[in-house]
Amino acid sequence: MSLASDIGAARGRRKPQRALRPQREGAVLKSGIGGRYAPYLCIFPALAMSLSFIGFPLAQTAWYSLHAWDGISAPEWRGLQNYAQVLASANFQQALQNVGVLLVFFCIIPVSAGLVTAAIISRRKLPGMGFFRSVLFLPQVIALVVTGMAWRWMYSFEGVINQILTAVGLEDYTRIWLGDFDWALLAVGLVMTWVASGFSMVLFLSGIARIDSSLYDAARIDGAGPVAEFFAVTLPGVKQELGVAVTITLVGGLRAFDVVYVTTAGGPGTATTVPAFEIYVTAFRDQAVGQAAAMAVLLTAMILAAVLILRRIMGMK
Amino acid sequence: MRRANLNLTVSYAILGLAALAILLPLYSILVVAISPQSAPAIGLGLPADPQWSNFAAAWAQGNFGVLIKNSTVIAVSVVAVAVVFSVLSGFAFSMMEFPGKRLLFLPLLVGLVLPFEAVILPLYYNLRALGLTDSPLGVILPEVGLYVAFGTLWMRAVFAGVSREIVEAARIDGANAMQLLWIVLIPMCRPAITTLVVLFFLWSWNEFLVSLVILQDPLQRTAPAGLGAFVGEYLTNVPLLAAGAIYVALPVVIVYFFLQRYIIEGLTQGAVKG
Repeated sequence: MSLASDIGAARGRRKPQRALRPQREGAVLKSGIGGRYAPYLCIFPALAMSLSFIGFPLAQTAWYSLHAWDGISAPEWRGLQNYAQVLASANFQQALQNVGVLLVFFCIIPVSAGLVTAAIISRRKLPGMGFFRSVLFLPQVIALVVTGMAWRWMYSFEGVINQILTAVGLEDYTRIWLGDFDWALLAVGLVMTWVASGFSMVLFLSGIARIDSSLYDAARIDGAGPVAEFFAVTLPGVKQELGVAVTITLVGGLRAFDVVYVTTAGGPGTATTVPAFEIYVTAFRDQAVGQAAAMAVLLTAMILAAVLILRRIMGMK
Repeated sequence: MRRANLNLTVSYAILGLAALAILLPLYSILVVAISPQSAPAIGLGLPADPQWSNFAAAWAQGNFGVLIKNSTVIAVSVVAVAVVFSVLSGFAFSMMEFPGKRLLFLPLLVGLVLPFEAVILPLYYNLRALGLTDSPLGVILPEVGLYVAFGTLWMRAVFAGVSREIVEAARIDGANAMQLLWIVLIPMCRPAITTLVVLFFLWSWNEFLVSLVILQDPLQRTAPAGLGAFVGEYLTNVPLLAAGAIYVALPVVIVYFFLQRYIIEGLTQGAVKG
């Protein structure tokens, strides 16, 4: 799934706060309306689909992870051995390390760059802003497979990146970016920065636009410069957007698959492999379903932990 | 005054650079797609002799007609089913009280947080056992299963935002639950439902991992998964790959062009309201 779906997920994830609170405002139709069974009939289709295709398979993944299985013959109980093997495997360790680096490019850089640039851009309505917003958001709607393919050419030996480097006199730095052991991960990371930055900027621009302008006036009367104004007014004003942006990009980065699959297939060697790609390869190429499932459980646990920790930090209930 | 002008210049400079950085790779796909197959232009200049026939060649060799038809069937089915299910369950969770409400809500919360990576292995073996791999249903069902979680929470928040007076008035007029939903709530919430339609379409169209794993038969693949496979087969024929990439991207870009208000506002404004 593209980042857009993560946005959705993270966006929706905020809703439960309201869900878990006692729901006085929703209790409009107390009883009798549509009969006793109407509520259950209404939720049944969605719930059944969610349980059959997400809830139940999730339990199965956990069950697989405790077995040795090639996908064909009878599964064999292994307890926690799969986890021990996966955690000790060089490929998975490399994948974890790589995903850590990619988070810098998919989360930290886009969010901070988006925040700072959005803060610099005048809070007035700029003519042509609609056009820029459309363009900045474009990477969100294009399939990551297409994005990855576009960047393959950007990075190829005669590609645009090398041409630009040559044009500014840096021809010594030209290389086949995606095939270079030292640079491939950085190159993949920049693709992810390309995907996430515009989104984060648009998110912060709309957040800043909703800050009460009297707060800025007050800060100016108090003699605040641009930097003080940023920390006193802008940053607190976009706290929610910050939480959303970090959650979405962090989860999206942890589960990165499409871009890696298309640009490098994890290579050269394992230089750009990520956990999601290891799951895919281990299960469907190596037929080690149990180990792949253990990786999937670990990845899911990381994503859940990241979301929970973020909510705590960002003060979301 | 001068400071304001400087600020304006800096703002446009930042926006211009960002827009340029985003458009550059997309522009380069176009350039490559119309360059001669024997000598693909990888740089920035437009080819002297644009080969529009590459699009026809890619269409034929990459089977994009079939791929796009498959993607359309899947995306349209997912949208239709997932939106109806989401509206119904969002309605129940926002407007009705019933025993077990909170407990029954939990599985949907789980669905919100999980990526397909967490369930893709059992999904594949379950669907294979049911004979649904290599069939559109094999992708439609899991996508509906994942998207209804978001959809339910979305519709629940939307319906909860409808003013109580309106709901009470409908009840006093004797509307039953279904009348309240169809005659009052759905027409009032049409923009939010449109957002859901557009988002589901976008997600389904662009979904890669599920299609890649579930649909192995080249004639059943979706457009993004077909493109992914096309990369392996036609690695050397760069212009055809570029033309194929454009076929995959074009439908969503068209949808985005007409409905971007729903997409951007749904994903940014909406993201924060909750």
